Amino acid sequence: MSSMSDQPTTAVDLAKNVRNGVAKAVDVVDEYLARIDERDGEINAFNLVLADQARERAAEIDAMISVGRDPGPLAGVPVALKDNLCTRGIPTTCSSKILADWKPPYDATVVTRLRDAGAIFVGKTNLDEFAMGSSTENSAFGPTKNPHDTTRVPGGSSGGSAAAVAANFAAVSFGSDTGGSIRQPAALCGVVGVKPTYGAVSRLGLIAFGSSLDQIGPFAHTVRDAAVALETISGHDPGDSTSIQQGPLDLSDTLDLGVAGLRVGRITDLPKGASPDVEERLEAAFDALREAGAEIVDVEMPAFNYGLTAYYLIAPAEASSNLARFDGVRFGMRTAAPDTNSMYTATRTDGFGAEVKRRIMLGTYALSAGYYDAYYGRAQKVRRLIANDFAAAYAKADVLLTPASPTVAFKLGDKASDPLAMYLCDTYTIPSNLTGDPGMSVPFGTGEHGLPVGVQILAPALKDHVMFQAAATLERHMQNLQDQNVSAS
Amino acid sequence: MGDSLGRVPDVPKISAADVSKVATLARLSLTDDELTTATAELAAMLDHFADIDALDLDGVEPMMQPTPLANVMREDIEGETLDRDEVLSQAPLTEDGRFRVPPIIGIQD
Amino acid sequence: MSITYVNDDGYCPSNEQHARWEHEGYELVVGLEVHVELATRTKLFSSSPNRFGDEPNTNIDPVTLGLPGALPVLNRQAVELAIRLGLALNCTVQKSTFARKNYFYPDMPKAYQISQYDEPINIDGWLDLPDGFRVGIERGHLEEDTGKSTHVGGAGGRIHGSDYSLIDFNRAGVPLVEIVSRPDIRHPEQAKAYVTELRGILVAVGASDAKMEEGSMRVDANVSVRKPGADFNTRCEIKNVNSVRSLGRAIEYEAQRQVMLHEAGEPVVQQTRHWDENDGRTHTLRSKEDADDYRYFLEPDLVVVDPGTEWIEAVRAALPVLPAERRAGLAAITGLAANSEAIMVVTERGHDSFVMDVAKHGGSPEIALKHLQQSPEAAGVPAEDVAKLTTMEASGGLTATQAKQVLADMVAAGGGDAETIAADKGFEAMDNSELESMVDAAIAAQPGAWEKFCAGEGKAMGALVGSVMKASKGQADGKAVTALLNAKKS
Repeated sequence: MSSMSDQPTTAVDLAKNVRNGVAKAVDVVDEYLARIDERDGEINAFNLVLADQARERAAEIDAMISVGRDPGPLAGVPVALKDNLCTRGIPTTCSSKILADWKPPYDATVVTRLRDAGAIFVGKTNLDEFAMGSSTENSAFGPTKNPHDTTRVPGGSSGGSAAAVAANFAAVSFGSDTGGSIRQPAALCGVVGVKPTYGAVSRLGLIAFGSSLDQIGPFAHTVRDAAVALETISGHDPGDSTSIQQGPLDLSDTLDLGVAGLRVGRITDLPKGASPDVEERLEAAFDALREAGAEIVDVEMPAFNYGLTAYYLIAPAEASSNLARFDGVRFGMRTAAPDTNSMYTATRTDGFGAEVKRRIMLGTYALSAGYYDAYYGRAQKVRRLIANDFAAAYAKADVLLTPASPTVAFKLGDKASDPLAMYLCDTYTIPSNLTGDPGMSVPFGTGEHGLPVGVQILAPALKDHVMFQAAATLERHMQNLQDQNVSAS
Repeated sequence: MGDSLGRVPDVPKISAADVSKVATLARLSLTDDELTTATAELAAMLDHFADIDALDLDGVEPMMQPTPLANVMREDIEGETLDRDEVLSQAPLTEDGRFRVPPIIGIQD
Repeated sequence: MSITYVNDDGYCPSNEQHARWEHEGYELVVGLEVHVELATRTKLFSSSPNRFGDEPNTNIDPVTLGLPGALPVLNRQAVELAIRLGLALNCTVQKSTFARKNYFYPDMPKAYQISQYDEPINIDGWLDLPDGFRVGIERGHLEEDTGKSTHVGGAGGRIHGSDYSLIDFNRAGVPLVEIVSRPDIRHPEQAKAYVTELRGILVAVGASDAKMEEGSMRVDANVSVRKPGADFNTRCEIKNVNSVRSLGRAIEYEAQRQVMLHEAGEPVVQQTRHWDENDGRTHTLRSKEDADDYRYFLEPDLVVVDPGTEWIEAVRAALPVLPAERRAGLAAITGLAANSEAIMVVTERGHDSFVMDVAKHGGSPEIALKHLQQSPEAAGVPAEDVAKLTTMEASGGLTATQAKQVLADMVAAGGGDAETIAADKGFEAMDNSELESMVDAAIAAQPGAWEKFCAGEGKAMGALVGSVMKASKGQADGKAVTALLNAKKS
């Protein structure tokens, strides 16, 4: 575990060094690729490592520097992309058999923005198939292991991206969060993970799961790295009709303002289910913020409890429609059959995994004639109730603090045969997907078996910078503790 | 049978016939065993999700999207199209520049 | 789109005065669903060209192909045209949302079509047929078109018995407006008139070229029959009608088919039927046990469209004069009925403004109308030239036959002076006094015929007119001669 406890070089520092000419991008990339080579066989964070392309791009970056051109704020930074982000000419599989060899003819907007910022893509990371899951065990290409303990899951669905940063295979990685798929694995892997305000980051080129819920966001070792990464990819995209009508988020400028006078909400009727070690870390986080000058206020959010139900009727419904295009006609896998209808059925039955099929059927049912009102229709009303609760809470508090994951990383196989138990992993993260508000997980110490614990900060829509401020404070607190421990030993 | 709303306790919220219908709509085929399992799983889930049945949702406006945006439109100006060869190279089967599929029978109009 | 049938016979009371189709005591109930391709440069949700006839799969992009990760972005011009045609059809233009209609078909790239369901952009309009019959319009909504499939190996390129199919997505994503009428139509001729008038309106406002034969306007008919005054019966949807004439034939056939079923006590099964132009019948492709469950839900990738008063009123103010108003204008200055054949034909050709111009130049609009109906090429001649011609005709200086010949010369030359051409052709302008002396001479030469004519024998006039024509070598205007004889008689 020695590579885990070394302070990894931050993306901010890496970029600075490359831009100054102090470091060569090719050397940086070689270092990261070596680590991937050494350990990814064990971790399985990547569906595809892009060694040649990364070296080529690194050489380009160095060439740009040498002629005085600035490649951008992420110059030379090794970046990993969740394999549901379209990369032109490079396989994008969603960890599904049905897309096993598909090479998109276009890049996702975030991919273009990252490339234009000088980032170097080292690989496409593993995920739960079509982003449906909380452990990355639903991947058609085998699970990813948690770098802190390879008998345990990294979380999901962006488990590969979380593990990639945790294992220093990449300085920054990107995932997608529909019900917690960035924040929960971030918590389990001990890294920072952010789901921004809905619409802050373009969804163009993100293979859709739940269209009114999905957002792309960064994983990083530090809050500042996550801030810079998010700034790079955020801002209006005319190609996404739901994207915010403003430029990139501004997060770095206010990062170190601290939390003096900030009102931090404690949800008194939060759903139970968090393990004692997680509860303890959450309390410590409240203490840390209080010490730093924040005011802790109690809020009640009775509808929070219904988040899981609303989500598991809405998300599968949208997914059932989004995944209908996988029919073997224009791209991806096709299973031959004597007529088109049979071809659809054979292809989809062969190509989709069990969890995906389960959610497609659940979602189809929730939308079907006679059941729309009872299920999908009702769930959207519950969504409104939850949004009302959040609005009321944000009248009293600037941010809210909750656990990110109810437990530390669980063992591989523990919940795989109990879908409902798996769904509970997202209890605390789901509601903010429903409302479109931002949320982020920040590492805050360890729990059982010395495994990482993350705390979740939630903020109102477009107040991502406030969320980051609180996160930075918590991070500073942990850093101070670590420094004290080091100097004490 | 049942209470004033016709609800009978312990009747599963989804039957094998329902699941079968839904699978057909979604173009998925299930073996008999899979159908049994899926029915049990989906019924258990829907039972769990019944917590919202008791909520009073009269007059609550559904929230379909988290965004307050309106009137997002683009100008009627031609943009780049995809390279046909690149696209067709990723297709399972093509002929004469078009996507080829087996006979289209047995599908709704 | 399934129409909610409103059995509201009282929709437009004056409709009662119009003829209804009737067969064996049953009357016809028809509602029409018309899909119209909008004349935009690019597609509804992406910026690929909206163009017909290009190489297959060249006007494509991730949205058109339904590729993973693609997102739709609405075309403003499509909304503008939808508002325009909505206002032209007297609709209320309202805030609208998009919905997904989910079903599998190879030419449907996303396996869902983005359409409008709960809140369409246009509602509650109407279209008046030229004879005054009013057909209500329930709604008009935007939706995207599908790709096109070609079937290989079967007879006549049909699906049945084909070996495989080939899909071209050039047409996928082209903007459509679906216009759904109330089931107010009671006669196949009304259905035909509706489609014709609708086309005229769509072309006039520039929304579409609306050509049934080319597929830029597609008409489906919902047909049922009932005993007069009774509730509506089950209807069938008739598709694959490719011309106005076929529409009439298909409705007629289908209505009779259903009457026979009702008479035999057999149920009419609600289904989609295809019109076969060759055998003149409707057929089911297959029996449809369950109607497809489209699982409509609000499209999460698009946001609400709320044009607002300013935009709507700007479109309304810029609307051109519609065919009905143009016909009314012609009716007013010619004295003919607005739905007379001459006015219908000339307006449909767009030559109504020419007739108005002729009137402005002092010509006879009635005579100009007749010429334009018979010789549409005349519209290429300067209006003042035609005006002069019609004046000469009106005053009796030229017979109708002569005028036609002069006009033909004008058309060939692209214009000209009517007097000069007439003179060149030897059509002398016969003034009234010359004519009168010829008439007097004829009377004098045939006193017997004159007596009979004065006694009321109209036939006797023929001889008198004949001799005037002979004397004038055919130059006399028969009408003027008759008028003079009648005047002298009294």
